This record gives sequence, C-alpha cells and structure tokens, in this order.
Amino acid sequence: MWGGAAMGKHDFSYFFQEGLKNMASHRLMSFTAISMTVGCLLIMGTFTLVAVNTALNLSALANSNEIVAYVDEAWTPEQARALEKQLLKVPNVTAARYISKEEALQAYTEQNPEEELFQDLDPGIFRDRYALTIENLEQIAYTVGQVERVPGVVKVNYYEEMASGIVTVRNVAAIVSAALIGVLFVVSTFIISNTIRLTTYDRREEIAIMKIVGATNGFIRWPFVYEGFLMGVVAAGIAFLLQWGLYAAVTDAIAGNDAQRLFSILPFSRIWAPVLGSFFGAGMAVGIGGSLTAIRRFLEV
Amino acid sequence: MIRLKDVELVYENGTKAIQGITLTIEDGEFVFLVGPSGSGKSTIVKLLTGEILPTFGRVMINGFSIMNIKDRQIPLMRRTLGVVYQDFRLIEKKTVYDNLSFVMRAVGASPREIKERIPRVLHLLDLDDKAQCRPPELSGGEQQRAAIARALVNNPSTVIADEPTGNLDPDRSVELMRLLVKINQMGTTVVVVTHARELVNRFGKRVVTLDEGLVTHDAVGRYVGGRRYG
Repeated sequence: MWGGAAMGKHDFSYFFQEGLKNMASHRLMSFTAISMTVGCLLIMGTFTLVAVNTALNLSALANSNEIVAYVDEAWTPEQARALEKQLLKVPNVTAARYISKEEALQAYTEQNPEEELFQDLDPGIFRDRYALTIENLEQIAYTVGQVERVPGVVKVNYYEEMASGIVTVRNVAAIVSAALIGVLFVVSTFIISNTIRLTTYDRREEIAIMKIVGATNGFIRWPFVYEGFLMGVVAAGIAFLLQWGLYAAVTDAIAGNDAQRLFSILPFSRIWAPVLGSFFGAGMAVGIGGSLTAIRRFLEV
Repeated sequence: MIRLKDVELVYENGTKAIQGITLTIEDGEFVFLVGPSGSGKSTIVKLLTGEILPTFGRVMINGFSIMNIKDRQIPLMRRTLGVVYQDFRLIEKKTVYDNLSFVMRAVGASPREIKERIPRVLHLLDLDDKAQCRPPELSGGEQQRAAIARALVNNPSTVIADEPTGNLDPDRSVELMRLLVKINQMGTTVVVVTHARELVNRFGKRVVTLDEGLVTHDAVGRYVGGRRYG
C-alpha cells in the first residue's frame, strides 16, 4: 500500500492538467459556461462603470451645489473675513470661500453683460457672503440650520430640491447597481455550477472508483475546482477585453458629441486596474464557487 | 484482519439484510463467501468497503473500526483493500495502463512509483501487451484481469472480489480463480463472493455460507449447500 502522500500534498501540476483536460473534454459545455459568464461579467461591469461615472458626475454636481451664507451688512469687511473660521467649525462644511460685495457685483454684472441697467450698480446693494462647500448632501438641511446660527450670518441660500434630487438619484443608482450585480453573480455561479455538475455526472463512475480505492475528497475535488477556476479566469479575461473595447467605443461616441459638456467620463487608463481585478476576482469566485457547489453531492459515497 | 461481531443491518425500508453475523478472517486467508441471492453477500462487501454502516455490532477492517472511523480515515482504510467487481468497472476511455496509473495517482503515488509498479503488476496478470488497449478492445477475461490488476496496483493487504467470474466462461473462471489463489499465496488476504458452486468445490478453501443474513456454515473444503443455493 502506498503511503499517505496524497493526504497532505497538493499536486498542483496534476490537478491543473486534470482541470484543463476536463475543460477540453467537454468543450461545448465549457464554451457555453464561459460565454454565459462573459455575458454576466460584461453586464455587471457595464453597470458598475455606469454607476461609477454617474457617482463621479453627481459628486461634481454636488460640489457645485454650494450654500451661500450672507453676512450682516452692519459688519465691517474685517469682521466678515474673520467669520471664515467660525463657518469652518460647522460640521459637514469642508470649505468656505469669502466673496466681498465688490466681487459679488462683478460676478453679477458678468452674468448679465447685456443689461445696461446693471452695469453701474453700487456694490453697497450687495452683502459680503461666503460660498460654503459641504461634504454630505443628505445633511444639507441640518447644516444650513447650523450655519444660520453662526453670529453674523443673516441669511442662507441653498437649493434644497436639487440637493435631495442628487441624493435620491445617487442612492437609487447604487441600489439598482448592487442588486443587479448580486443577481448576475448568482446567475453566473449557477451556470458554472450546472456545467460542472454535468461534467461531474458524466464522470461519476470515475469518482466512485477513486473513492473506493481510497482517494481523499480533496483529491477528487481539486481538478473540478481548477476547472471552475480556469473557466472563471478565461471568462474574466475575455470579458475584460470586451469591456475595454465597449468603454472605448462609448467614450469616443460621447467625446464627439455635445453630451460631453453635460457628462464627463473617466478615461479607461485610470480604471483598468480595478476593472481587471474585479473581473478576475468575480470570475474566480464564480468558477470556484460553482465547482464546489457542483461536486459536493458526488462526494457522499 | 477482518472481524464482524454481532453485525446487524436493517435498510431504511425495514429489510433485514444482516441478522447478527460474527465472522473473523485472518490475515493471509483465502475465503469464499457464498449464498443465494438476497443472502447478504453484497451487503457484507458494502460493509467491508465502508459504503454503508451496520445498524448494530462491530466491524473491524485491517485495524480500522468502521463504527468509530472518522471521515478522513475512510480513504486510509480503503487503501488497505483492493476491490474487484463482476462488471469490472474499468474506465472505458482510458487505456489499461491509465486505469492503473489513475488509481495509483489517487492515493498519492509518485510518477516514478507508477512507472515502476504498473509493468510488474501487468506482468503478474499476463497483460504486458495490453497496457495500451482500452477496455472495450479486451476480452471479458482480460478485462477482469485488468480489474484485478487495478485492485492490486496499490498493494492492498486484502482483495475483495465480488462475483468476479459472473461474466466469464468456465475456463476463464478457473484461470481467474487460480490467479486469485496465486495472489493469496503472495501474502494478500482474499475474499471471493461467488455463486459458482463448482468453482468453490474445486479449490478446497474456507467457505462461509450465508442465508437470509446469517452465517449458516463456515468450514474449510467443499460447500455445504443451503436449501436455495445455486
């Protein structure tokens, strides 16, 4: 009787070759499983990238959605400038940009260059003010209340509906993306699991013989795990290349369109690494998870 | 050594397959296990290979207690056994050589051990020139010898042959039985489950007769028949 070498040693090259052979001997099923996984990864990836770009644009929009805090007219410019520190102490306020009466007038006339009536206005009709940037849009109403309590602030302007609209869109996009990714992940795992289950069923006699001669469950399981792993990795590689092409095509289409002014897109060169990592991670998880689920029933001999 | 003590086995449907068997097979023995269909022979093979557990009693196989065995010890216990089936159970798409290397690989033998051991076993079974044949290309006798080669290749201390001559003609059956005797003479315990009365009588070995889940006769020599035997 041979020793217990198989009990602990992991024969990588044997398992890998067996996994490869399994894949090759069931070409059509492997092709189907890989194609379906590529499809799922591509849909998952596309939705994630749309969600990432949407979040990016919404963040930019959120940052441009400033609160304007007006300073009491009775306060001197020096007193008004000194307010900056107080405003920055308010929770959720990340930046406070001081705008003097004169700067406010200048911005106003620049915004309305064709209105002669506005060209000779006295800066005294404006108030000194602060443009405040906030971190969390969801707390905007509370932050506005806190800013209003700062001595010297007489009025605060903000676009409540726009802020809540941005927050809602962002939250809905995140939930839809997460749900879709979750569903597609389960679907991919199920497809790979079913494919490996079919190949396992086809080899149940071999498995029974292996069990009866004393092969460990690990020894029987590993080739199937490698098979799932390989299918996942191949699917991830193909999906990544397709995603790259698709993203480039969409970016080019938007670049040659007026929509670019409304919607900015991250260049693929900045996101390829996380996309590649996520695809391979998801591909491997789906492949290995699928094979482990498939083989479990056949080991109960 | 194989030891069954007061073993009972009741299937889920209530069938009493074994009704209190006590039996000891010493190391190096050659034993025929005979009896009519439904007498419990196949159930005993399943008990010995750890495929099923007894409802009551103790089963000891080559130092492993089946009742207390841990899951991770079952493969180790099975490595002490070589099992031969009536329907050969060879993998048809693999060559004879690959059928043997496959089971050696399964228990962790190195490529060098495989390369050294398989030609010796094939030679023992007179299958030297059949190494690269696939099972469908072999005769029934050759397939059964290939199955025995597979059972022997991991050098087990016990060979269990379940109706090994069931698919062979009388001449091939005698040849096969001589081969099992030769294997036994080399020190391996051999348990042969069979219906073949003539064959059993011809070899003058220990015969354990089962009927309705009980041992009805246990002696060396000729079969002493039960009422339904044959």
